[in-house]
Amino acid sequence: MIKVENLFMSFSGKAVLHGISFDVGAGEVLGFLGPNGAGKSTTMRIITGFLEPDSGEVSICGHDMAQEPVRAKERIGYLAESAASYQDMKVKDFLSFAADIRALEGSSKAQAIERVIDLCHLEPVLSQSIENLSKGFRQRVGLAQALVHDPDVLILDEPTDGLDPNQKHEIRSLITSLGQSKAIIFSTHILEEVESVCTRAIVVSEGLIVANGTPRELKSRTPSGRLDDFFRAITRSEPHQENSTGANA
Amino acid sequence: MNNLSIIKIITRRELGVYMDSAVAYVFLIAYLLLAGILTFTLGGFFERNDASLGIFFNWMPWLLIFLVPAMGMRLWSEERRLGTIEFLLTLPITPVQAVVGKFIASWIFLMVAIALSFPMVITVNVLGSPDNGAILAGYVGCFLLAGTYLSIVCLTSALTKNQVIAFILSVLVCLLLNLIGFSPVTDLLARWLEPQSIEGIANFSVLSHFDGFQRGILDSRDLIYFVSVMVFSLYLNNIAVKNARAR
Repeated sequence: MIKVENLFMSFSGKAVLHGISFDVGAGEVLGFLGPNGAGKSTTMRIITGFLEPDSGEVSICGHDMAQEPVRAKERIGYLAESAASYQDMKVKDFLSFAADIRALEGSSKAQAIERVIDLCHLEPVLSQSIENLSKGFRQRVGLAQALVHDPDVLILDEPTDGLDPNQKHEIRSLITSLGQSKAIIFSTHILEEVESVCTRAIVVSEGLIVANGTPRELKSRTPSGRLDDFFRAITRSEPHQENSTGANA
Repeated sequence: MNNLSIIKIITRRELGVYMDSAVAYVFLIAYLLLAGILTFTLGGFFERNDASLGIFFNWMPWLLIFLVPAMGMRLWSEERRLGTIEFLLTLPITPVQAVVGKFIASWIFLMVAIALSFPMVITVNVLGSPDNGAILAGYVGCFLLAGTYLSIVCLTSALTKNQVIAFILSVLVCLLLNLIGFSPVTDLLARWLEPQSIEGIANFSVLSHFDGFQRGILDSRDLIYFVSVMVFSLYLNNIAVKNARAR
């Protein structure tokens, strides 16, 4: 469902991505890991069509992002890193706007909004302006707009950032249940999240994929059998790209 | 969804922002207050003993130079500063639809503001027998003038995250478009340039093209000028929005 091929990207002459390639199929939850500045958000922004890569291709459900951006974006739900949403809008108006843009109308629109309000527990804040919400609620509003059209592909950039432990647990459960049928990429710095939610993980360092496998496989590569030890070892040492194509590598 | 539906949704959202915003009401009051002061006090409306809105329309190119940038400077720079541009441009829409939707919403707001000066029309009709056709033409000119300034503000606003910079840039460009057709400036230029050159430069001025509307003349060349500047600015606005994504 998500096909990323050989992405290269640079900002102001500084190379940020050096040829990122991977696939994500339906029913897969891909954890996207890496130190700050490794190129995770840039990759996600390219996948969602916000940035155009210097070279390389992204295809979403068979639609090439460069050739058919609108078709491709229709299939994606995206929660950006800062969960930026229109601060001056009320939560219900913002969700209504997101539903309108996603071509939902009438009763299907009302049902879709009702569904994401329930999923993300937004009932208490529906009439509040987004600027007055706590970070946790803002994050959930961002997630709700990403889910309103029930997309096939979900791209979530640090979706549990700013949430309390209970909210984190809820979001992880939600991602796990959505991951049964959708293709999900989500980035995080919390390695336990990867173990509990992801079917596969990719580690990016300095714009390269340095590891790609199931959490169990990655853990088994260190003597301690701990994911954080593996992460530290692989992102501190000189990065080396391993074979990173193939949905179930 | 088709182009128009998307543009309509974006326009509706932007109009909602104006209606919910205190800044919009401050803008309306400031506009009406300044238009009234400039027309009735500084313009010597009553001393002229002339039942027309000539004075009011005379001030419009100068008054809107400041008010339109003040109203529109946030349009794209705020999206860039808050990061909502990422949300907007990852929706299944094209940048052109976003550019046009935002422009139309702001233009509607400006036209409403200008139309709210209607008590002046009632005043001149009570005091005398004005040429209402000329007044209507003047209002059409004001709408086009406001749209032209607005398109420039949309462009400058997409060039920076800083609203103050967007405001200053817009005022400078709009001022330039005024001054190149302002007679004290063209008289000064006449010392160094050939009359044909001055006429050529003045042809790019909003004042030269607004003049006809003020006098009640609807000339297709003036209409084409205003529409061309709007389309060209919005075309550049679209390129600026696409480039703004990268930073």
